[in-house]
Amino acid sequence: MTTENPDEKYHLRLYIAGMTPTARRALSNIESICTDNLQGRYDIEVIDLLEQPALAEGDQIIAVPTLVRRLPPPLRKIIGDLSQTEKVIVGLNLVPYKKDP
Amino acid sequence: MAENNLPATPGIQKVPTGIAGLDEITQGGLPARRVSLVCGGPGCGKTVLAMEFLVNGILQREEPGLFVSFEESPENLIENFRSFGFDLEKLINNKQLKILHVDIAGANLLESGEFSLDGLLVMLEHAIQSTGARRVAIDTMETIFSSLSNTDSLRNEVARLFRWLGDKGITAVITGERGKEQLTRHGFEEYVSDFVLLLDHRIDNQISKRRLRVLKYRGSDHGKDEYPFLVSSHGFLAFPLTSLMLDYTVSPVRVSSGVPDIDAMMEGKGYFKGSTVMISGTAGTGKSTLAAAFAAAACERGESCLYLAFEESAGQLCRNMASVGIDLGKWMERGLLNLSSNRPTLFGLEEHLMQIQDMVDRHKPSCVIIDPMSNFLSAGSGAEVKSMLLRIIGNLKGHGITLLLTSLTRGSKITDETDTKASSVVDTWIALDLEEKNHLHRREIHIIKSRGMDHSRQTRELVFSSSGLSVRDLATD
Repeated sequence: MTTENPDEKYHLRLYIAGMTPTARRALSNIESICTDNLQGRYDIEVIDLLEQPALAEGDQIIAVPTLVRRLPPPLRKIIGDLSQTEKVIVGLNLVPYKKDP
Repeated sequence: MAENNLPATPGIQKVPTGIAGLDEITQGGLPARRVSLVCGGPGCGKTVLAMEFLVNGILQREEPGLFVSFEESPENLIENFRSFGFDLEKLINNKQLKILHVDIAGANLLESGEFSLDGLLVMLEHAIQSTGARRVAIDTMETIFSSLSNTDSLRNEVARLFRWLGDKGITAVITGERGKEQLTRHGFEEYVSDFVLLLDHRIDNQISKRRLRVLKYRGSDHGKDEYPFLVSSHGFLAFPLTSLMLDYTVSPVRVSSGVPDIDAMMEGKGYFKGSTVMISGTAGTGKSTLAAAFAAAACERGESCLYLAFEESAGQLCRNMASVGIDLGKWMERGLLNLSSNRPTLFGLEEHLMQIQDMVDRHKPSCVIIDPMSNFLSAGSGAEVKSMLLRIIGNLKGHGITLLLTSLTRGSKITDETDTKASSVVDTWIALDLEEKNHLHRREIHIIKSRGMDHSRQTRELVFSSSGLSVRDLATD
């Protein structure tokens, strides 16, 4: 149950600095969260800052992994390996709040 | 460069900050390839110190710098530093300086699980590579702690970042906000083991006082005291007590007092060049007149003189001196005499000291007059004024500049200590007095001491007339 437009596309970016175990964990965590919550309405772009270092300043990425929700607006950033699924779901506003049953 | 004659501590390599006074206190600067912590409360001058460290590196050593700002935007920094006379924009355009703005305060970051600060490291590495930076300032990284909650991981990451900077051969200054129970709010001092500088800003008797102290300098000796500092229109200035080293070269050259009869009381030659002369006396004894005569004589020789008047305006002084045949206006017009008139209570003592040093640097006078020194007692205690005086004397002696002070004594007798307790630090002390004889007041002059010369020990009469100043034996009756 979400308040967002069900047809809205999610464009997510995962910033990493090398495919470290933490980066790999973050990628697999976000993929499974998206599969469960955004069937077919998302794409995930992985940016390796070691390959594109200028983007760290440009996109203001201080920590890795950082997941950025570029679309829909507003921009949101979640830092970490995304292992706390609830926080990611709330952070991406996939489920803004649970209504009382 | 000025730092060449600094006392060097063997063993550890240092990077000069180029900040006046700080390199003396740290005996050469900050530890090379290490992270130094500068902490203090809001508005104490941390940012100015950090930026000046970079700017001086660029201007004096051609070492590019990187300023990482977690708070102010580059636009704000450029604007603020313009008021200190720093053209950051130009340095940025010349690719000598880069300001990296890390704006996380408003970013509303969420956390989920483990992370590292490798993003910041990549950002720094990229900026260091693109500028060739040798010096880095980070102001203030503690903002990260307010934006992120996993402080344990942050601490590890901050420690790793500092080690990484050192490994890169970078000499860094990081600033930290003063904490209540620890030195910095987030305990940064734990990760900085080499150098910690504390800046303190307090208000005492409604006058702002800034003091700095080096809390830690691993592997190096350093000044242990609290030292006054200022954040002025010229940036950051610290005031070490270098004068106490007493290692200035002494000149055998003599300069006229401006009154031939007084010179006659001093082996016919007058004061020693580069010495400190104090003329004390009660109101109306002629202290300023003797000071003006000395100034005019210097100008007559084609030398430049700085006259700091803390009681009379320039116009008033010129008019009064004209009545005894001393034409100060002429020397002002020719640019040899710089007469600056100020109220002593206008600012704190450090600010005065800074202004005096600044004027000395600009005008490069051969002599300086402070008239009267005792008026500084309205801006600080006797001990503070004496400490300021020691700093001025040290600075001037180091440059061979003769200093003449006047000091107002209260009460009628002259030989008492002056209020500023300055008599022990001056080389020549001339006392003036007014003596009543047959309902007439006559001025008396007496040289209490004059180091290194055979001076007159007689009390004589000082006579002012429209044709000038003279001294004669006391009339016996």
